[in-house]
Amino acid sequence: MTSLPTPAQGAKKLGLVIDLDTCVGCHACAVNCKEWNASGHSAPLTDSNAYQADPHGVWFNRVHTYEAGEGDCSRTVHFPRSCLHCEDAPCVTVCPTGASYKRAEDGIVLVNAEACIGCQLCAWACAYGAREFDVDDGVMKKCTLCIDRIYNENLEEADRVPACVSTCPASARHFGDFNDPASKVSQLVLERGGYDLLPELGYKPTNKYLPPRKPAVAKTATPAAETGGGSSLLRWLDRALSR
Amino acid sequence: MKPAGSIVFFTTASGAGYGMLFWLGVLGALGMLPETIGFGLIALGLATALFTAGLLSSTAHLGHPERAWRALSQWRSSWLSREGVAALLTYVPVLVFGLLWLLGSRPVALLGLLGAVGAAITVYCTAMIYASLKPIRQWNHGLVPAFYLIAAGFSGALCLAAVTAFFDVTAAGRLAVLALALGAGGIAVKLAYWQAIDGSVSASTPESATGLGSIGKVRSFEAPHTEENYLLKEMGFRIARKHAAKLRVYAALLGFGVPLAMLVGVAAGAVPVAVLILAAACGLLGMLLERWLFFAEATHTVVLFYGRQA
Repeated sequence: MTSLPTPAQGAKKLGLVIDLDTCVGCHACAVNCKEWNASGHSAPLTDSNAYQADPHGVWFNRVHTYEAGEGDCSRTVHFPRSCLHCEDAPCVTVCPTGASYKRAEDGIVLVNAEACIGCQLCAWACAYGAREFDVDDGVMKKCTLCIDRIYNENLEEADRVPACVSTCPASARHFGDFNDPASKVSQLVLERGGYDLLPELGYKPTNKYLPPRKPAVAKTATPAAETGGGSSLLRWLDRALSR
Repeated sequence: MKPAGSIVFFTTASGAGYGMLFWLGVLGALGMLPETIGFGLIALGLATALFTAGLLSSTAHLGHPERAWRALSQWRSSWLSREGVAALLTYVPVLVFGLLWLLGSRPVALLGLLGAVGAAITVYCTAMIYASLKPIRQWNHGLVPAFYLIAAGFSGALCLAAVTAFFDVTAAGRLAVLALALGAGGIAVKLAYWQAIDGSVSASTPESATGLGSIGKVRSFEAPHTEENYLLKEMGFRIARKHAAKLRVYAALLGFGVPLAMLVGVAAGAVPVAVLILAAACGLLGMLLERWLFFAEATHTVVLFYGRQA
């Protein structure tokens, strides 16, 4: 059923918090995501011409890098982009077959590859580019929040997190239940002002992004010698060099 | 958005077919069309062939066409599913209508009207597939369903007029007047639509997409991949502004200008009704171009993440 489910009492709302302050843009999350999912729930993730000109493949996680602002106040921000498991997910409601669905128990948005007709309407409906069509399989693929890891009892409990989270060397990605106000993800959003992407569309994404922290020191400091500050040695050098 | 040939053909052909069916049902009920078996066979046959070819063409866009039947299940939430259901249900009155007509009885008005209602609903559902998508501002617009409906009515009336010209010149003349009115309405809606999408900007920006607007203007510094991926191929399709402007003129001329001039000639009795065939062919060609542009000019919010304007 592609109508959105009414969350059950006590249902979880699983998702990610992505910290843009600590992300170093190493793409490890994207690579580990590809590695895990190429043999997981949505396997295989097609790669065409992988070692030739014009390589093309399905990835669930893409890391952009942006520059924001001008001059000394500008920032370079690394920005991982993946499915946000929206509360109001049009990629689910537009699906004509029921293949695209949102789980009532934890809010994860999945594709049933057996029922997908490959019409790609869900990819058009997603504002965030979270869905990529697998031309080999003829079905749509997307982030599963590593459903085959987070509930996998064959893994150590510490490893029951999405592949992107487990691999991040900067701990910029956090996984948890947003319906639990005491969870790490809820706390991070509260403390750091976690926000929604494209809030104006009203998709109510579950995943939140934490903004880069403001720089502690003003970056527009001028050389000490020009302001008359600094140590007496510097002031003497300034006088000596100015002669 | 990438203009997939199968979908451009689908919306144009099914629009014309359902438009024909609509006027066959409505004008037939009013007794304004020939009632001979030959006319029924050709007119209803052509209408059915057009929308059937369109529907079949749409399955060419699917990764798994053999599973297309599954698309009938989610009509509660999905416009694509509703379209499928409406299209299939419309076949019921159409086939009975046609069968009874061919078996020698006069066309049954009620069946024709049911077919007309089904045709209108199906075209509306097709339009809403696009109009309901919030990330694409050029589609998420009230004039989109308005144009789909009037374009279907216009191209259907053009085709029906061309067929009728072989059977009943007076009836064909009346259809030419109807098509003239619909064509005038159609180009007015299209011009208003073009003005609306040119005059508005997306509420979404690279700043709202990344949430980094508080730092300042956001520029893409490095893309996640060096080659075009599915997203950019499918939703990052770009058409140069200068070409779009030219193609709009061609679409307006072929789709509306030339056929309307021919219709005026027919209505005034200045040119033979056979010209209606040319008018229909020209109109359909223009409509194909218009539909191609409808896709090519549409932008998707995903390109904001790649530092482009949506």
